[in-house]
Amino acid sequence: MTSRAARSVNAPAPPGAALPDHPEFLWRNPDPRKHYSIVIVGGGGHGLATAHYLARRGVTDVAVLERGWMAGGNMARNTTIIRSNYLWDASAGIYEHALKLWEGLAEDLDYPILFSQRGVLNLDHTLQDVRDSRRRVEANRLNGVDADWVDAAGAKELCPVLNVSDDIRYPVLGGTYQPRAGIAKHDYVAWGFARSADAAGIDLIQNCEVTGIDIAGGTVTGVQTSRGPITADRVALIGAGHTPVLAEMAGFRVPVTSHPLQALVSELLEPVHPTVVMSNAVHVYVSQAHKGELVMGAGIDPYVGYGQRGAFHVIERQMSAAVELFPIFARAHVLRTWGGTVDTTPDASPVVGTTPVENLFLNCGWGTGGFKATPGIGHVMAELLETGKVPDLAADFGLDRFTSGRLVDEHGAAAVAH
Amino acid sequence: MMLIPCPECGPRDENEFSYGGQAHVPYPPDGGATASDEEWAEYVFYRDSPKGLMAERWVHSAGCRRWFNAVRDTVSYRFEAVYRPGEPRPHVQGAR
Repeated sequence: MTSRAARSVNAPAPPGAALPDHPEFLWRNPDPRKHYSIVIVGGGGHGLATAHYLARRGVTDVAVLERGWMAGGNMARNTTIIRSNYLWDASAGIYEHALKLWEGLAEDLDYPILFSQRGVLNLDHTLQDVRDSRRRVEANRLNGVDADWVDAAGAKELCPVLNVSDDIRYPVLGGTYQPRAGIAKHDYVAWGFARSADAAGIDLIQNCEVTGIDIAGGTVTGVQTSRGPITADRVALIGAGHTPVLAEMAGFRVPVTSHPLQALVSELLEPVHPTVVMSNAVHVYVSQAHKGELVMGAGIDPYVGYGQRGAFHVIERQMSAAVELFPIFARAHVLRTWGGTVDTTPDASPVVGTTPVENLFLNCGWGTGGFKATPGIGHVMAELLETGKVPDLAADFGLDRFTSGRLVDEHGAAAVAH
Repeated sequence: MMLIPCPECGPRDENEFSYGGQAHVPYPPDGGATASDEEWAEYVFYRDSPKGLMAERWVHSAGCRRWFNAVRDTVSYRFEAVYRPGEPRPHVQGAR
């Protein structure tokens, strides 16, 4: 990467000065071949990460099919928060695996991703929140995940603009803090994975919508696309919000419903918010991006929706929560709001693994929190696709759990309603 | 923001309503007495998520407080039909 021209040490740094220059051309734009060993449906973060780790395993007869442009879906719309402080062992396993990979990802990709380990604070507003949080901290520690519980004063120390007075409707009683958590620059992450996969010879094919899935004798044989049929030995559905649509093409159902999830950014501001703050109870999560925007998200809109937009009253509730917790934000202007389509499951955990169709694999249902898992699940999916065997880290996330009742119920740690 | 045509009250703002998910989800056979694990899973956890027209339940929480069914397009968010509980799902052009 080239760096910006050196400027006088006395000159004020313009917003975004810490960001690397935009990259030049990063990947080829090939036409699809007739056959690949592995076809990945979905060119978002998870699909591109899977391609990268397949390349690391020496598997390059691979195509990533994307109906729009690379990483133009939820990867371009998320609030970039990365953490691994989930309650259950299965979740701690996959999210902590991802966090360890995040910590070395810039070196692995030889590309900047601006991973900033500024910590994540999950607030408690009731005595029961406090008890649940302390339980989660202990569970995290038993799983080797860094976690602390801090009281209101401790929270204030971590984020000085936080309102910890006791005369607000939902006072801050404390919170969990994961120091290794943070944010990364999502578009750079996508470009880094895409560049790496492309350099290894994997075809990243844009404007290529999958319109059908070919199955013979219960085994997948390929896909129909807007750019013609493609045969494959193995196919992975990694289409996030569109998984219910893709699964229907393959003739089975998934316990996944797709919903709008909205977020917003403020204008550029001086650095005021040094960590990431999330609140389940009043329903907002906030960080300050590298350039200075306050980035905020909330829960999903309740109805099924593929429109990549939601209702304004959801944003209004989120903003009222934000302004109560951070009175200083009352003076900030909203610059932009947007919506993505997230695929949610009944237990707020993903669905990963095999399907009723042989050689057809699934990675979906990450709800509001798929970005943080990107390298971890890409690594796991690469092993699954190369070997055909479900890796240990994905074993608890199979479709079968909805029949066996062995749910991974993470609503409490998923941080927002989904 | 959606304008939702409540069958009792007429078109009202979305934030007066609560969502009840997919409509017409059948109970397991025999009230569940003889249902298999698969049938129970289907009833408890599996819901349609079509890209297009969907029959779903809404309640006018801040209005007449009545439940009703609607056929809505999940891409355009347009309400194509609303009908009272117990009434059959109306045919909508383009519906599956």
